[in-house]
Amino acid sequence: MVNAIETKQLTLSYGDSIILKELDVEITEGEITVFIGGNGCGKSTLLRSIARLLKPMSGAVLLEGKEIAKQSTKDVAKKMAILPQSHSVPEGLTVMQLVKQGRFPYQNWLKQWTTKDEEEVLEAIRVTGLESLKDRTVDSLSGGQRQRAWIAMTLAQDTSIILLDEPTTYLDLTHQIEILDLLYKLNQTEKRTILMVLHDINLASRYAHSIIAIKNQQVYGKGKPEEVITPDLVKKVFDLDCDIVGDPIFGTPMVIPHGKGRRIK
Amino acid sequence: MLLKTTKQKWLGMIAGILLTVAAICMSIVYGYTNTTWSMAMDSFIHFNGSNEHIVLQTVRLPRALIAATVGASLAIAGVIMQTLTKNPLASPDILGINAGAGFAIVLFVTFFGMSDLQHFTVVSIAGAAISALCVYVISMNGRDGLTPMKITLAGAAMAALFSSLTQGILVTNEAAFEQVLFWLAGSVAGRKMEILTSVLPYIIIGIVLSMMFSSKMNVLATGEDVAKGLGLKTGRLKLIMGLTVILLAGGAVAIAGPIGFIGMVIPHIARYCIGNDHRWLIPFSGLLGSIVLIAADILSRYILMPREIPVGVMTAIIGTPLFIYIARKGFGGNEKI
Repeated sequence: MVNAIETKQLTLSYGDSIILKELDVEITEGEITVFIGGNGCGKSTLLRSIARLLKPMSGAVLLEGKEIAKQSTKDVAKKMAILPQSHSVPEGLTVMQLVKQGRFPYQNWLKQWTTKDEEEVLEAIRVTGLESLKDRTVDSLSGGQRQRAWIAMTLAQDTSIILLDEPTTYLDLTHQIEILDLLYKLNQTEKRTILMVLHDINLASRYAHSIIAIKNQQVYGKGKPEEVITPDLVKKVFDLDCDIVGDPIFGTPMVIPHGKGRRIK
Repeated sequence: MLLKTTKQKWLGMIAGILLTVAAICMSIVYGYTNTTWSMAMDSFIHFNGSNEHIVLQTVRLPRALIAATVGASLAIAGVIMQTLTKNPLASPDILGINAGAGFAIVLFVTFFGMSDLQHFTVVSIAGAAISALCVYVISMNGRDGLTPMKITLAGAAMAALFSSLTQGILVTNEAAFEQVLFWLAGSVAGRKMEILTSVLPYIIIGIVLSMMFSSKMNVLATGEDVAKGLGLKTGRLKLIMGLTVILLAGGAVAIAGPIGFIGMVIPHIARYCIGNDHRWLIPFSGLLGSIVLIAADILSRYILMPREIPVGVMTAIIGTPLFIYIARKGFGGNEKI
């Protein structure tokens, strides 16, 4: 197994307050890996740091074995795409125009738009099923369609690694599944390495090959969901009492929180 | 967006160029001194030294060209400011850049007896730069860094500070007041061609920079994190954008004094016409800025004829209702998912 991404003794902070301390994380190539953890545990911060959006206080991020800080940022953008959690859409921007921005790393003063760029953009639009919407403005789309347009932009970047920060937030269940199915398909058919932050442990367990749980500035547990997701881990990481059952269709772990509520059994 | 296809956008751009030329011609021909189109033509081909020809060549022509230059500079500076701060109400005047340039000029006229035109330009651009630097340093503090809201507040504070300081100097120094009054009202009238030629190099550099980096501004407009993820060096781009605004706004203030609203309102009208792609938006805003400022200047000659209203007052009268409209519409352009 090759590591697409590694962190070495990575310490992250906002000002003086340390968020994550001396983290060693390995992301396997060709797999879907999901970071889980409670609110404010630093999972999004870790993803941002891996995407070089946040400078580490100490330690390093390695991309395909080489330190990311020592590579040109455009070269990194040809290997790894990031879809941040919140993004603004300039008014009037069409889906096509947004997706075209994904080709930015391949352009410079001399080399402008090429046929290769055009092909990658159309392919990204096709894979995400946006052909009929490509001339619509992004702000006129529904939440799920809009998120697909953003994913199409990261696909046009033509990278082997894609990072996504909570790609399903603010979407209803139907669109959450639609987005995760799309990412799963990309992983299965094109062997893209996908690393994302998800809130929903049940969906994370279904789609992820590997889960990394974060608690108290540290990695609390990592591995296959069926091995990692236990009542003990959920208690420690989320401070929640629960039972774990098998998903009736997929067999992957499902969290049943204790808590209160109507009991009909 | 009115103009959707590339062909329509080119047509819009050509219409803009023709209208700008037409506006410049009208600005040369129409005014208090009675002149005609044929007289204007004559003054270019065989100048006869008559009163009308002198007015056309030494008063009207520089005035038209100055209005065109100042209008374009302020409008382009406004576009860049709005993209840089992600604030639809941003403009060089609201973010204290113009006030800083104005203060620097008043300071140097009062205490160092500055009268050389070349110095006016340099001092004005330096003042704009210092004000921009203050806004940058103030709003950089704190955990979230340069947020649109913090930049706007810091800009408003600097604008208030520099205009109070300017007024303070003028109140205590009447001689200086006489000297800078013509300049302080915000006007394109009564300026010689030399002041335009001394400022033009800076403004041309500003316009060239804004065009060169227009496609990178498109990437920045999709969000700081997205842009960084795509491999854009956002820090460097923002620095260049800041520098461009300082050259354009500082240069415009050096010629015309503080003229408000053009920088804020024109980018919105331009966006409505031609969309958000900076490769089109920047040149189109420039043309629109020229047309509107020339038109406002022509209008200002006729309202209280034979007296003139400073064009800064005209742009304020036209701009205020639009400002309120945009403010009420809110920050809808940057909607989050």
